[in-house]
Amino acid sequence: MTTLAPGKALRVAFGETIAELARTDPRIVVLDGDTGSSTRTDIFENEHPDRFFQMGITEQNMLGMAAGMATLGLIPIVSTFSCFIVSRAHDPIRVLIAQPKLNVKLMGGYAGLLAGMTGKTHLMFDDISIMRAMANMTVVAPADEVETRQALKAIIDYPGPVYVRLTRPNSPILFDDSYRFEVGKAVTIREGKDVTVFGTGTQTARAFVAAEILAEEGISVHLVHLPTIKPLDIESVVEAARKTGRVVTTEEHTIVGGLGGAIAETLGEHAPLPMKRHGLQDVFGESGPNDALLEKYGISPEKTADAIREFISQGTQPG
Amino acid sequence: MTNEDAELKGASMTQTLSQYSAAEIADIARRARIHILEAVAHAKGGHVGGPYSAADMLAALYFRVLNVRPEEPNWPDRDRFVLSKGHSSIALYTMLAMRGFFPIEELKTFDSINSRLQGHPDMTVTPGVDMSSGSLGLGFAGALGIALGARAMQRDFMTYVMLGDGECNEGIVWEGAHVATRYALDNLIAIVDHNKLQQFGWRGETTAERITPYTGSQLADRWEAFGWQVFEVDGHDVQAFLDTINQAKAVQGSPVVLIAHTIKGKGVSYMEGDYTWHSRVPTEEEFAIAMQELGAAEGGTT
Repeated sequence: MTTLAPGKALRVAFGETIAELARTDPRIVVLDGDTGSSTRTDIFENEHPDRFFQMGITEQNMLGMAAGMATLGLIPIVSTFSCFIVSRAHDPIRVLIAQPKLNVKLMGGYAGLLAGMTGKTHLMFDDISIMRAMANMTVVAPADEVETRQALKAIIDYPGPVYVRLTRPNSPILFDDSYRFEVGKAVTIREGKDVTVFGTGTQTARAFVAAEILAEEGISVHLVHLPTIKPLDIESVVEAARKTGRVVTTEEHTIVGGLGGAIAETLGEHAPLPMKRHGLQDVFGESGPNDALLEKYGISPEKTADAIREFISQGTQPG
Repeated sequence: MTNEDAELKGASMTQTLSQYSAAEIADIARRARIHILEAVAHAKGGHVGGPYSAADMLAALYFRVLNVRPEEPNWPDRDRFVLSKGHSSIALYTMLAMRGFFPIEELKTFDSINSRLQGHPDMTVTPGVDMSSGSLGLGFAGALGIALGARAMQRDFMTYVMLGDGECNEGIVWEGAHVATRYALDNLIAIVDHNKLQQFGWRGETTAERITPYTGSQLADRWEAFGWQVFEVDGHDVQAFLDTINQAKAVQGSPVVLIAHTIKGKGVSYMEGDYTWHSRVPTEEEFAIAMQELGAAEGGTT
């Protein structure tokens, strides 16, 4: 059974990468919503103090100011916890950034289920649903530190607003250094023939472990990673789904409108097939250690394997 | 277009702005009020009270203060103006048209399908609109970002932003007011159109009487408490407004706000101080009275 090497947290890779990119790109500025010591924009502040703008705890104002800065040709990277960007500052993002297609990069830190003993306020797992419903918005969810670095490099040169989902805990490494991220492109992680599993963000690594567990039982999983949820790589999704004829989506996110929703919409129109959406079940979060949360909310590698096995064992035949 | 407007448009291309006297600017505002009501009547929808309270100040800004080029609306070194009280869009569009950014005839397309003149300002379609707005408070934050960005890029243009007094209810305004002080944004001048009424507001003695959102010096006190240098001025006295803008531009080390005391619906007797003219279409009779009071017959109607 292949195991994944331990890696850095996405937030650390983020802080390091934007500091590095700013060395050669004078357009980059960072706006922080008083969470830089958590989201790791402190790394940027340390290296580029004159291009780091502390906005204090003023999320709506921060997103509005970022829009104003973008009109001058700057590339504002706005960073705070996902819940405070997506929920609290939704209106300025919609009116001042998305509709005018301004070149603001939104970094939603501490997204998902694992935000460090914070509970329902901070556990943001409807961010993908909300942001993908917004016209003109690109939505990216990297899986590991390698992909985070790659994705940040790519989106700086990708004009227009982009939301990037970043997470708090250390994440196992899924990609080697030769990996190249491309906005809107799916990545096949593992070839298989019994069931197609689509993952996104840090859940893909858990899906990989789940696939390894199932392989020992003789179930062959075709695993595809979708680091860009919008625009979705429709062609690759349809092709991968048809390859096995049945589909499971898995995400550290609500099953309502996120990756599962996007895939269901796509397959419903292009290739109706039996499918199951695995992820968080239309609930709010709570405080707790990471392992306990993954277990209780059913998205640990083992629980993910259970969901895939159950889907197949229910007699779901390939379509 | 009237002959006077044609002259104005021609003049704006060739004359330096400072040649317009306060009296001439007041007359530009008078004619603007005619265009505004024509556009709203034609569209059968739109706001009137707020555009009228802001008209004199907008005329002063566009014909004396702002360093802009109508023939090159995206000139990088232009002064920026953000109408954060975006529901007064027709006043901004009228000023842009009179200044020569687009034909005055285009005002008739206001609020119609496929028009560049949207109900609330859209920077992606209208020449001369530096920032979208419409959800109150957002334009203010955008303007602060322009000012902070300009400083970071060592650009020396000024940024002006106009808010409504009702808009100052919004929390985002005070978030921004706090951050602007932190960065000592003295390259920005905010103007609050303090016309004492909002769309509906709080009830007075009767339903028809509404209470001003901020009484006495409350609004000035709030801005001062946030560390802004505050000037109070009569927003319908063009010379006083211009003098105050000059004082404001000289301030260093802190952001500046002009609390401009105005009358909602200013210029038409039956509209002044009546909250229902926040957004209302005139009847034929009301339109005729307004045109008469605004001196449309003497020059300035179409």
